Amino acid sequence: MLASRGKTAPSPVEARRPKRSYAPLALLAPAFIMLAVFIGWPVIQLAIMSFQKYGREQIFGKPAEFIGLQNYVTVLTDPEFWTVLWRSVLFAAVCVILTMILGMVIAVLMTRLGAVMRTVVSVGLLLAWSMPALTATIVWGWIFDTSYGLVNHLLTRITGDSWMGHSWLVDPLSFFTVAGIIIVWGAIPFVALSLYAALTQVPTEVLEAASLDGASGLRRFWNVTMPFIRSILVVLLILQIIWDLRVFAQIYALQTIGGVRETTNTIGVYIYNESMASGKLGTGGAISIILVAIMLAISAYYIRLTLKQEDQ
Amino acid sequence: MKTRKLLTKGALNIFALVVFVCSVFPVYWMVNTSFLPGSAVKSDTVHLWPDEFTLRNFTAAWNDGFVPALKVSVSVTLITLVVALLFAFLAALALSRFQFRSRKSLIVLILVIQMIPAEAMIISTFRVLDGWHMLNTVIGLAAIYIAMVLPFTIWTLRGFVNGVPADLEEAAMIDGCTRSGAFWRVTFPLLAPGLVATGVFAFIQAWNEFVFALVIMTRPESQTLPIWLRAFVQATKATDWSVVMAGSTLMAIPVVIFFLIVQGRMTSSMVSGAVKG
Repeated sequence: MLASRGKTAPSPVEARRPKRSYAPLALLAPAFIMLAVFIGWPVIQLAIMSFQKYGREQIFGKPAEFIGLQNYVTVLTDPEFWTVLWRSVLFAAVCVILTMILGMVIAVLMTRLGAVMRTVVSVGLLLAWSMPALTATIVWGWIFDTSYGLVNHLLTRITGDSWMGHSWLVDPLSFFTVAGIIIVWGAIPFVALSLYAALTQVPTEVLEAASLDGASGLRRFWNVTMPFIRSILVVLLILQIIWDLRVFAQIYALQTIGGVRETTNTIGVYIYNESMASGKLGTGGAISIILVAIMLAISAYYIRLTLKQEDQ
Repeated sequence: MKTRKLLTKGALNIFALVVFVCSVFPVYWMVNTSFLPGSAVKSDTVHLWPDEFTLRNFTAAWNDGFVPALKVSVSVTLITLVVALLFAFLAALALSRFQFRSRKSLIVLILVIQMIPAEAMIISTFRVLDGWHMLNTVIGLAAIYIAMVLPFTIWTLRGFVNGVPADLEEAAMIDGCTRSGAFWRVTFPLLAPGLVATGVFAFIQAWNEFVFALVIMTRPESQTLPIWLRAFVQATKATDWSVVMAGSTLMAIPVVIFFLIVQGRMTSSMVSGAVKG
């Protein structure tokens, strides 16, 4: 099926010959058919399902009836949904702030290092960045392991008390501290390297001029450097918010290693547990639509920014 | 003044080392543990390096379901990579070299699709694939992955095509090249690095993807590597960390290698296109 679609599109070069033609349409067709079938159609199904009574009976063939906004009412009046949502927002906020601050500090650090140390730092960041989120979570889970984890070993040695057997994942706050470390650790390289690249673009003449005018280091950074890197900062910020708000693999895998699901669900994991595990597809669909709406609202600014750069 | 400068330099270097160690340590700890026998891992002493070196964990992980999962992962990843690159390349040409009325709205559409979170799509994707009898099939999962990576791959490739001026092709044609000759001899070689970078991105996405694989590949024999690894952690829970680390290492190696190949391009194209697993 996939191969035959590829063939329907003429080769790019031939297609470009006629001036006014269906060439762009033919070139775009394969990609947009894939998007329409495997993203567009499921999105439509999702929207429909969120207005239907859809539970276990419907999964086994009972026709689904439309119940209007009932699913949305159920979700929005469910205190658990709000708990999960606020938990996700709070957790994402902490992760994003820490990632941005530490990323910025490391980026500034890199501009002030010699060539050798800068390479050392970049190699370290790249290695951390390349780790798949799931393997990273499992490795951190092992570092914080209850019985033989390195953290408990070290704490026992440092404090003198016995930390062996201390569980880091049962208490929700402690669980999210570990999850936060994993996510921030994984997100810093991208932010730090992007910001470093942006910082090297700031013209040195302007900085020198400011310095001659008597501006202090901090002032130079705030008044000269910041305006230059503002747009990339905004993009990074939006991306981090989006990625941290919808976090799935890390939370789900940590729950596998030892968390309590009910008290540690974030919105993405909540959708999975609510719908795939409990079979409440209708309400799950409503939550999904709400999540999509939140994501698009956050990214609207990013999309506008990208389009503006497009026009230039 | 001079000593102060030296002190700052020393402090900065120490800070840099701390950043390096914090970044690398979990990766090191994974590899270290994977070479240690279970008895050493479960002892009261911390083994900071593999002083009781063994490869047994790797054979244990390899024989405990790694190979079938590897086969599924490789098939899904390869199909995704080839099809997504081809389709994205064609679409990128259209968006970059042609002016047409709906061009701008298509670009908006690509950006919007990219922002739809996979977590919100699991239910309906599961149901749609179920209806088409594509659950637990390599083609079904690959089709989802292709659609998932297309927005980003189109976007990045379009950037690369934009970077090759159409004048170059026209110059070659004036010098006697045919249009296809001009394209394949002039433009295509210039696009090769872009194709490699985008391809590696698609590879990493498909290789690491977790949510859809969890929902779509429910049968043990159709699991991809991430799903196998999670099930493996669940099964051996806190008893066999050295084998789990060996499995993690095996899964991470290809990603680390491919990632380092394209690292330079990654930052800039991620900022402009922006997707992560």
